[in-house]
This record gives sequence, structure tokens and C-alpha cells, in this order.
Amino acid sequence: MKRFFKRRETTLFITLVAFCVLVSLRAPGFLAPENLNSILNDTCTLIMVALGQSFVILIGGIDMSVASTMAFTGMVTALMNQYNPGIPAWVYLPIAAALGTALGAFSGSLVAFGALPPMIATIATMSIYRGFVYVFSKGAWVTPHEMTAGYLALPSASFLGLSSMVWITITIVIAAAVFMRLTSSGRDIYAFGGNRTAALFAGVSGRKVQMLVLTASGLLAGIAGLLWVSRYGMAHSETAAGFEMQTVAACVLGGVNFVGGSGTVLGVVIGALFFGVINNALTVIHISPFFQMVIQGVIIIVAIVSNTLIDRNNQMKLVARRKI
Amino acid sequence: MSRDKRAADGQYLPGSGSLVDESRLIDQRLSRRQRFANFLLTWESLIFILFAIVVVVNSFLSPYFLDPGNLFDATLNFTEKAIIAMPMIFVIMLGDIDISVSSIIALSSLFMGMAGANGASTPTLVLIGLCVGLLAGLFNGFLITKFDIPAIAVTLGTMSLYRGIANAVLGDQAYTKYPADFGFLGQGYAIGNMVPLQLLVFIVIAAIAFVLRNSTTVGRYVIAIGNNKTAAKFSGVPVDRVRLLVFTATGLCSGLAAVLLTSRIGSTRPNIASGWELEVITTVVLGGVAITGGKGNIPGVIIAVFLLGFMKFGMGVVNVPGKVMNIVTGALLIVAILLPRFVDSAKRKNLLRQTAE
Repeated sequence: MKRFFKRRETTLFITLVAFCVLVSLRAPGFLAPENLNSILNDTCTLIMVALGQSFVILIGGIDMSVASTMAFTGMVTALMNQYNPGIPAWVYLPIAAALGTALGAFSGSLVAFGALPPMIATIATMSIYRGFVYVFSKGAWVTPHEMTAGYLALPSASFLGLSSMVWITITIVIAAAVFMRLTSSGRDIYAFGGNRTAALFAGVSGRKVQMLVLTASGLLAGIAGLLWVSRYGMAHSETAAGFEMQTVAACVLGGVNFVGGSGTVLGVVIGALFFGVINNALTVIHISPFFQMVIQGVIIIVAIVSNTLIDRNNQMKLVARRKI
Repeated sequence: MSRDKRAADGQYLPGSGSLVDESRLIDQRLSRRQRFANFLLTWESLIFILFAIVVVVNSFLSPYFLDPGNLFDATLNFTEKAIIAMPMIFVIMLGDIDISVSSIIALSSLFMGMAGANGASTPTLVLIGLCVGLLAGLFNGFLITKFDIPAIAVTLGTMSLYRGIANAVLGDQAYTKYPADFGFLGQGYAIGNMVPLQLLVFIVIAAIAFVLRNSTTVGRYVIAIGNNKTAAKFSGVPVDRVRLLVFTATGLCSGLAAVLLTSRIGSTRPNIASGWELEVITTVVLGGVAITGGKGNIPGVIIAVFLLGFMKFGMGVVNVPGKVMNIVTGALLIVAILLPRFVDSAKRKNLLRQTAE
């Protein structure tokens, strides 16, 4: 029980709930089920992509290309939909997943086989992918009336009171949690991120891990890109611009360590939800959306500083307990 | 170059086991012709050749390209970024990164705009711009060194924070009221009304960076920290003070870039200079600075600055959209890093075979 309360996820979750209660004092409608549902729907893409991002951060890297990957799969599926309205909409899910996987695998192979640091590889692919979005669309937008009704309904189809987008996200979160906790590949990621040399000597294939995390990140970004575009009914070359930073921020808030090797799926989900709640709360309590960015910055800084202080405190306690 | 100096330069390949890259030791026994071939394969030569190709292609694309006035004007598009690239070399050599530079520009420009709207004179504006940049950089450095947090995490936060402040204050408005003589800094020319003032500022900054990198203790310290922070600390290098200094200098140069940029375009919007941090980092990496730290040279980055700048200028001449230019830049970044690696490993295999015989 004591350990449960000591976990970062618990603290973060309690803070989140407390924050929700505070906001609902100002705006009573905030905790209404419809509003909570809309927050959940708004946060789905962030949760998905932040999960992929967290895998890359776990190995001490960063994936700057996620937002461009989203724009890429979003645009390609939107264009396919525009020119082939006959294709049933669900087909785009595997297409988006495959496209995202391919883009992620390309970044991954640069890291694994070209020995580029993940940050540099993904800065490069970030410009390349977004450039191709422009090339494919010739700079034009794909607007809602150019998309089929089935395509637009893709994220909003309701099942048991929750939208298909939420169901997809839940599936992904559970799959990610099982993968990271229970499979040897998942444990390899932690091992490789925690101590690269030790992991290599223990027989973990560095290339495999690097390939795996970046491909997974691409896969999740690919699915999220399709859902993003079909939800907002708009595909253009600036789709999700700057979103990569939000995903990193969600990971930081969720306690994923930039040095690598520590962080959990649950933490990332709560971190992403935190941002979803804040963004929604700002509109509900009538704070100008122009304040969103500065608040995000303050939260990130407070989160990393407090994370560090807590870690340091824990380490000091461990040292103090050691028998000399 | 003596063996020890080379070792201090950090010219070693990870995995080769020794501090000095073995292939370089063998170099000394090579003939003059082979040594010349190896010189051609150094990073600086490679990107200089690329640069030469860009210049030749550009001069074919536009007959006016090689006109001196035109060449000098073309530099206006990238000098501000180049000014930030200089301290960024040291940040990356430390093994750190600073992604808040473009947000510092926004913050600096915001305060200058505020002062300008209240009728401040040009010297005051410059002072405000520089001070805000300095303080923003100092804050970055303080968080990084005081709490020992990875620079990417800190500057990610301050990136949102600084630009967020500009967003919160300005919203969808802009500051456009600046004194009449303020524009001279970013638009003015010196030396026979030919050389942009900005370019001269960049030359001064680059010279300072060159001296710092090659002839001062601080330069050596940066390399030592980038190679092995713990070892540097135990050897008496004031690690935290050096890092604080470098991040503050990056803030100051971003403030300087903000002064020049604001003066050049004459307005402050919250989205000013957005995305520059990635362009600056791309330039520095293309200039041969290892993102893992401990290795880098100023001349390489200067060539990279002009390479990217003139390449974009040339593509602009033939109406290539900015987004498509980014494809080329991204591809160039990948190729420029991969190519020397492949050449290097081929070279080493070749040498190994020769020594085995």
C-alpha cells in the first residue's frame, strides 16, 4: 500500500483528479459525462502518439518525426479517399498502419544501420515526410466535402457509449502495456535504455531494439494521423504541426526519463490525459487559448524539476540506508 | 598535430578501443598522394565540394547569381541563423542540445516590441534584446546545471514557456512600432554600401567562436566535457560553470539574432522565427559537429551555413516551394552523415587488409 502511494503514477493521478475537481468548482459542467467523454476523444491521438514517443525516449532518443508521419498518413489516406470514394472506410486503418510502419521503419533503419542518433535521423525524416505531404497535395487542402461520409465517421462510430477512436486507443494502450511488461522484446527496450553496454553483453540486439521502437512509434503515429484527419475533416501540409513537442511533453509529465530506461505506459497515458484536461479546462474557465503554450511550458518545467528532486531525495534515502 | 593534441581533440572512433583512431596513426606512413586523398575525404573538404557544386549550379540557374551585390544580399536570409549556430556548436560539442533558441528570439523580440511601442530609442532596444536573450539563456543553464536535468528536457519546457509568453501577450496582434533608425541594424550596409551589417556581425561572432574553440581553455574544457563528463569533472574541469556559460552565450546570441531579425523585418509576431531551432541544429550537424558530443570544428559549420543558405537561395530562384526545399535539406543531412561513415569504414577495412599483408 505504501509503495502504491509512492509511485509517480499515483501522485500524478491524484493531482489530475484534484485539478479536475478544482476546475469543476469554477465550471460545474466540467465533470459532466459528456464533457469527460469529449476530453477523452480529444486526447486519444495524443495518448497513442505519446506512447510511441515514450518507447523512443526509453532508449534515450527522441522521435521528432511523429507529427510529420501523422500528416503523411492523414494526407495519403485522405487523397485515396477523395479519388476512390468506393473503397470502404475501414480499409484505411490497415493502410494508415502500414504507411506509418514503413515511415517509422525508414527512420529506424537510419538509426539501426546508419548509426545516426535518433534525434538527427528523425529531424531529417521530419522535414522529408512533411515535404512529401506538400508534394502529394500540391499545397492544396483536402476539405470535408471531398471526403466520404464513411471516412469522416471512422473515429466517431459509437459502441457501448464510447467512440471507435476511444476503443482503438484502449486496445493500443492495453497492447502496449502487455508488450512492455510481459514480452521479452519489451523488457529488452528497458534493458537497452537503462544500460546499453550491459544490455548488449546480455545478448540484447541493439539494432533490433532501435528498429523496434522507431517502427512502433511510426505505426502509432500512422494510425493517429488517419484518425486526426478524419476527425477534423481536414488534411493539409500543416496537419499536426508542432504536435511532436506535445507528445514529448506528455512523456515528460508521465515520468519518462530522458536519460532512458525508466517510464511506464500508465504514466504516459496519465501524462497525456493531464494535457487533455488542461486544454479543455482552459476553454471551460474562459482563459484565452493563447495562454495554452505558456501553461504547457510551466507544467513541463515544474514536472521535470520535481521529478529530479524526488529522484534525488529517493537516492539520498537509499544511500542513508546502506550499512557501512 | 601531435598524438596527444589529437587525443585531446577527441578524434577517436567509438568502438575502436583506443583514444586515438588507429587509422589516423597509420596515416602518417602514407604517401603524399594518399594523404591528399584522405584530406579530400575530411568532412570540411566534402561539404566544401558540395558548396562549390551549389554555387556552380546556382550560377547556371541565374546569370545574376555571381553578382557581388546579389551574393551579399543572399546572405541576409541566413545570417541570423548562422549567428545562433556558432554558440550551438559548443552546446552540441558538450553533448547537450538547445531547442529553445527560436523561442528566445520570440521573447526578446516581444520585449523589444513592447519597449518600441513605448517610444524607446534604438540603443535601448538593442540593450533590451540582448539582456532578455542573456537572461533566458541563463535560466536554461541554471535549470540544467542546478538540477542536473538533460538539456533537451529543460529547453523543451522553456521553448514552450518563452514562446508561450509571446503568445499570451500578443495573441493575434503584432508590434510594429520601431524607431526609424532601428532598421539600419538589420537592413544596413557597410564597406562601400555593399556588405550587409549583419554579415559583419556574423564574421565577428564566428571569429570569437573560432578563437574560443581553438586557443582557449574553455574550448578545451568543452571538448573534454563532451567526451566524458565524469572524467572531466574528476580532472578538475568546472563542468557546471562551463555548461552554464555556454547556454548563457547561446541565449545572448539568440538575443542578438532577435535584434537583427526584428530590425530587418520591422515587426514582432508570436510566430517569429518558428522552426529555426531545427534549421540551426541541422546546420551544425551538417558542419561536422558530432551530436554525441566532444567533436566539432568552426570552419566546417561556417561552410555548412553557406552551403544550406545558397542552396535554398538557388532553389528559391527556380521557385521551389519551402516545403520541398526541406525534403532536400533532410536528405542532405542524412547523406552527409552516412557518406563519410561508409567511406571511413571502407577506408579502415582497406587499411586493415594492407597491414595484414
